[in-house]
Amino acid sequence: MNGPQDLGGQMGFGPVAPEKDEPYFHAAWERRALGVTLTAGAMGAWNIDESRHARESLHPADYYASSYYQIWIKALEILLKRHGFVSDRDLAAGKAVDPAATPKRVLKADDVPAVLAKGGPCDRPVATPARFKAGDLVRTKNFHPTGHTRLPRYARGKQGLVEAVRDGFVFPDTNAHGRGENPQWVYTVVFDGAEIWGESADPTLTVSIDAWESYLEPA
Amino acid sequence: MADAAVAAGFWVQAIALAVGGSRSYFEAMSHDHDHDNELDPFAARVRALETILTQKGLIDPAAVDVIVDTYETKIGPRNGAKVVAKAWVDPDFATWLKRDATAAIGSLGYTGRQGEHMQAVFNTADTHNLIVCTLCSCYPWSVLGLPPVWYKAPPYRSRAVIDPRGVLEEFGLTLPATTRIRVWDSTAELRYLVVPMRPKGTEDWSEERLAELVTRDAMIGTGLARETA
Repeated sequence: MNGPQDLGGQMGFGPVAPEKDEPYFHAAWERRALGVTLTAGAMGAWNIDESRHARESLHPADYYASSYYQIWIKALEILLKRHGFVSDRDLAAGKAVDPAATPKRVLKADDVPAVLAKGGPCDRPVATPARFKAGDLVRTKNFHPTGHTRLPRYARGKQGLVEAVRDGFVFPDTNAHGRGENPQWVYTVVFDGAEIWGESADPTLTVSIDAWESYLEPA
Repeated sequence: MADAAVAAGFWVQAIALAVGGSRSYFEAMSHDHDHDNELDPFAARVRALETILTQKGLIDPAAVDVIVDTYETKIGPRNGAKVVAKAWVDPDFATWLKRDATAAIGSLGYTGRQGEHMQAVFNTADTHNLIVCTLCSCYPWSVLGLPPVWYKAPPYRSRAVIDPRGVLEEFGLTLPATTRIRVWDSTAELRYLVVPMRPKGTEDWSEERLAELVTRDAMIGTGLARETA
């Protein structure tokens, strides 16, 4: 979706302003926000693509006015309600009121190190051979899906060079919506700065994205 | 409560912007509030959510503790610095890192969440690499830990792809006008680690000593390895 998350090339947000010796957390509640989000995700009711889509589906004014972990928590509340774990009555009361759906699993403290060390690999076998190879010229599609996608707007309808064929990966555009993993080949595609940004582009700039095969057409 | 929190966040952000910063809500709020969370509406909201989930048996608060401790004290950019230092002293490891970063990094014990599919990109005399995630906050947790706020915030995500030199200037890094800049937008599940150039004058340095020159920003591309002099 052409949502607030799709930031590449937008203007007006001001300087980066890096913070010297920045702490990982800027308030105690941010620690809990990280941990609660990860433990809730470990119930297995949704995948990373659905959670990304929940975050980018916040109203743009809300998304831009929220800090990072605020975005996480707002999206987590949406996911928990969608999947029947938390109700509006629970949230209004600030305690458990309604019964919850049964999770696939509950992450216990003793299992955390192994679960984090294992991670969640999302490479998958793809039945068909890769359509493109390194060195191929391709053009990204110019599409505007209303659902989740990982092709940023600035890189749509642009000609680029396939630099590398990666593995097959879960396709976020369907996986975010419960429509299956449908793995596709992923390619690193590199664009000249001028192809993306036109005549004002930095002449020394190239930008690459990692693109699923269905985002690409032969150039 | 949701609307109130949104409104509070919006106005703190607006004030922060008005005084010339791009920092978001908690950077204005943060350090005053570590010991006083009950008065912060968002802290109350997070506490309520954790309470509900705990009462329903859906999460284990002790698991939350372990996750926080892991990312606050155990996994951080020192992991990545050791990878880079090893690549500097061991050409076979560097070759492996180029070819199969996930396995090479995994051989040092750094695996797991947000490091499942790693790529290492090497700076050269001609080319400087810069990593961003314009769509969210993709970052190689297994080697760099949790990302800094600026990496996840709109100013960096919007400008890294269109004005990388301007961004680098804000980190105090001015590259020669002829240096090629390659920006890697982490739009899929590959996670990128920049291997900066080894500083001059370190030919006889140990791996451990070299690792101290490798900053987090150097491995994102918003900095270089520290000079020795």
